[in-house]
Amino acid sequence: MIEPILHVTLAVLAIAMIGLIYRLVKGPTVPDRVIALDAMGINLVSITAVLSMILDTSNYLDVILLIGILAFIGTVAFAKFLEKGEVIEYDRDQ
Amino acid sequence: MSLLHWAILAPFIMAVFVPFLRKKAASIHTGWFVLILPVVLFSTFLQYFPVTMNNGSVSETAAWIPSLGIDFTAYVDGLSLLFVLLITGIGALVVLYSIFYLSKTKESLHHFYVYLLMFMGAMLGVVLSDNVITLYMFWEFTSISSFLLIAYWYDRDRSRYGALKSMLITVFGGLMMLGGFLVLSIMGNTFSIRELAAQAPELNDHPLFLLAMILVLLGAFTKSAQFPFYIWLPDAMEAPTPVSAYLHSATMVKAGIYLVARFSPIFAFSGYWFWIVGAVGLFTMAWASFNAVKQTDLKGILAFSTVSQLGLIMSLLGIGAASLHFDALDDNIYTAAVIAAVFHLINHATFKGSLFMVVGIIDHETGTRDIRKLGGLMSLMPITFTLSVIGAFSMAGLPPFNGFLSKEMFLLSMIQLMELNLFNVESWALLFPVLAWVGSVFTFIYSMMIVFKVFTGKFQPEKLDKKPHEAPLGMLISPIVLALLVVVFGLFPNLLSYSLIQPAAAAIVPSIIPPGEQLYVNIYFWHGITPELLMTIGVIIVGLLLYKWLPKWMGVYDYFPGKVTLNHFYNASLYAAERGSNSITNAYMTGFIRSYLVYIFAFFIAALGFTMWAKEAFTFDASAAAPINFYEVALVLVLIAATLTILFAKSRLTSIISLGAVGYTVSLFFVIFRAPDLALTQLVIETVSTALFLLCFYHLPKLSRHEERRRFQVGNAIIAAGVGMIVTLIGISAHSSKFFDSINAYYIENTYTKAGGENMVNVILVDFRGFDTLFEIAVLSVAALGIYGLIKLRLEKGGETNENE
Repeated sequence: MIEPILHVTLAVLAIAMIGLIYRLVKGPTVPDRVIALDAMGINLVSITAVLSMILDTSNYLDVILLIGILAFIGTVAFAKFLEKGEVIEYDRDQ
Repeated sequence: MSLLHWAILAPFIMAVFVPFLRKKAASIHTGWFVLILPVVLFSTFLQYFPVTMNNGSVSETAAWIPSLGIDFTAYVDGLSLLFVLLITGIGALVVLYSIFYLSKTKESLHHFYVYLLMFMGAMLGVVLSDNVITLYMFWEFTSISSFLLIAYWYDRDRSRYGALKSMLITVFGGLMMLGGFLVLSIMGNTFSIRELAAQAPELNDHPLFLLAMILVLLGAFTKSAQFPFYIWLPDAMEAPTPVSAYLHSATMVKAGIYLVARFSPIFAFSGYWFWIVGAVGLFTMAWASFNAVKQTDLKGILAFSTVSQLGLIMSLLGIGAASLHFDALDDNIYTAAVIAAVFHLINHATFKGSLFMVVGIIDHETGTRDIRKLGGLMSLMPITFTLSVIGAFSMAGLPPFNGFLSKEMFLLSMIQLMELNLFNVESWALLFPVLAWVGSVFTFIYSMMIVFKVFTGKFQPEKLDKKPHEAPLGMLISPIVLALLVVVFGLFPNLLSYSLIQPAAAAIVPSIIPPGEQLYVNIYFWHGITPELLMTIGVIIVGLLLYKWLPKWMGVYDYFPGKVTLNHFYNASLYAAERGSNSITNAYMTGFIRSYLVYIFAFFIAALGFTMWAKEAFTFDASAAAPINFYEVALVLVLIAATLTILFAKSRLTSIISLGAVGYTVSLFFVIFRAPDLALTQLVIETVSTALFLLCFYHLPKLSRHEERRRFQVGNAIIAAGVGMIVTLIGISAHSSKFFDSINAYYIENTYTKAGGENMVNVILVDFRGFDTLFEIAVLSVAALGIYGLIKLRLEKGGETNENE
């Protein structure tokens, strides 16, 4: 019973992903694209979770956590880059 | 290693010690020490006389590379002994002469004698080797040492030009010769010349025979300065005169003659040999003697005269090949040609050596070699005058000297050729004696020029740098000895006939001597009124008349425009080769990586595409393929969209982000295809590398950070599409044709039982195939260290450290 639901979920997530890709390609400004990327990361988390249910395995739980961390770090880094022009600042610059 | 081997190597060993002698015993001219060696060698080799006189031979073998059949085999027979005596005898005289010719203080004597000894050893090696590979090795040694000796005064442009020219031409010939030797050794399955000669009849029918012959002859013709390769010899006259006397008249240029003579037993039965060797030699003889008359430099005259005389000897060797076709000894008149060749070889070495030394003396005592500046030296330098008269008259072929005898024999051979009904000689027969006669006339003219333009006429002291006077005695000894030999051989030619000439001739055409008998060699002055005597008289009369009216017909040479000479052709072809290769290199070495990538990818497409097409390698078999799911299709669409975004993005930032999207999509593929470890790593790495791309982007210089779309180029698009298609086709084909099962069953079975792990990927990485991991760790360490080094190490002082600063 759960199997078709999972597939439907996955299809919806994939369509959402295509929408995010559209925003990534089209996105008039860079922040648009960064947000799209961040949302894609979270979308990936869900896709991976659904997939691991379909594949009936717990091996992908690490991947889910990692995507969460990376999406956060990446978005923060992008945000800082867009704000300040660099990601890691030197002490002497201040 | 026998005495014979040590004799060949002795000059090389001596050469090692020469620089020490020069340093430790600086007060004594180094040449005195060097002089000992050729004298000792000469007397050592004299002991082989009794052996060779009875047509015997001595052979000593020392293993060099036995596994390849290359031995250092020294072999003495009549021909080798003749050359050895020339090399060591004239070598000794040249060293003696050089002691007085070269200044002890002004010249770097150790260089001179090291090169000269190297040359002497190499030349001994050439004439004594029985193994073609050692022969080739010593052959190249002579080329190299000759190169060094020609450029002895290396601060002069002309010396370097001459050295380079002789090097290029003789090494070209040497390499061709090596090819010929290798072909020969393939045909005969041996490197030994004697063993090759023993199977000469079989070799004659071999399809590669002509190729081997032409290659070997190319080597001989370049070394012996035959047409059209003679052009290096006149330019080699920039060498010190002892070198010209030794290398470029008596020994090295005869290496080609030696080669032709040595390989006669193998090749000479063929008609090609007769025609190539005979015709090229005769044409060289006539052409060079014609050109010698126009020279104004004494050494130039002698250089062309050497070329001409070598051509004479070469043509005699070619014609002597005809003797192989007549069995009976009595009616075999063509053996006379071989005898004449050997005899003239000896004669030429004596009179040409002495003439070069005489020219050296004139140069040394007057400061010039230009015949337009010289004249009237007869009373000032009487001994030199006498020597040059003997040498030049012998060269011209005048009666009391040995040149007369060999020139008579030469003309006789040419006349006899008209009776030959072999190799289609009939139709051309008249050309041989005519060319020979014309060549002899010009030989007569330039010989007279050497004597009379220099020693008679008006003395012009104002044109000379020095006040001329007779040379010191030491300088005169060597030419006197040689001139004495000219006279002695002229008056008593039969001194030589059975001691040197007959064994040498027997080595050149072994089949002409029936076992136990001897070849009849008798050289005498008076044959009666014969055609050749009349020809000689004709030469003298016509020569005298032409010499008298020389200024009137000298204009003939102006009709030979400078543009069609061989020298011009040589220079132009070198220039063209240099320009051509330069422009070819510049055409494709653009310095742009994009061009090189185009070459690489175009080659990739061409090579793989051609292979797939030629081997009909494309197969498509979907039976092994897995079913396609909806989310795989969706993911592929995402991947394609992100990739196209990279290609067509306007800004670089968009490209970088799209690349990140590609990476994340790939990691999702890893998830779908059940590879959690790969997915983890891919995510992390993708994040880090995207960050690095951003770093690079930020540090782009302001000027080049302009955001414009990449220009579309049709060529690039085609190549990109081609590469993509080829790789796709190969992927499909490879997947469609699996020949055996995967080995993964082993890992699945043994991951837990043998390695004690449950994660198979990790067990493979660190256990089953841990070596790869080790070196990938090494790669990462190297990359990290390299990046650290690149950032921290700024050795350029004052250079730009950062493009933004």
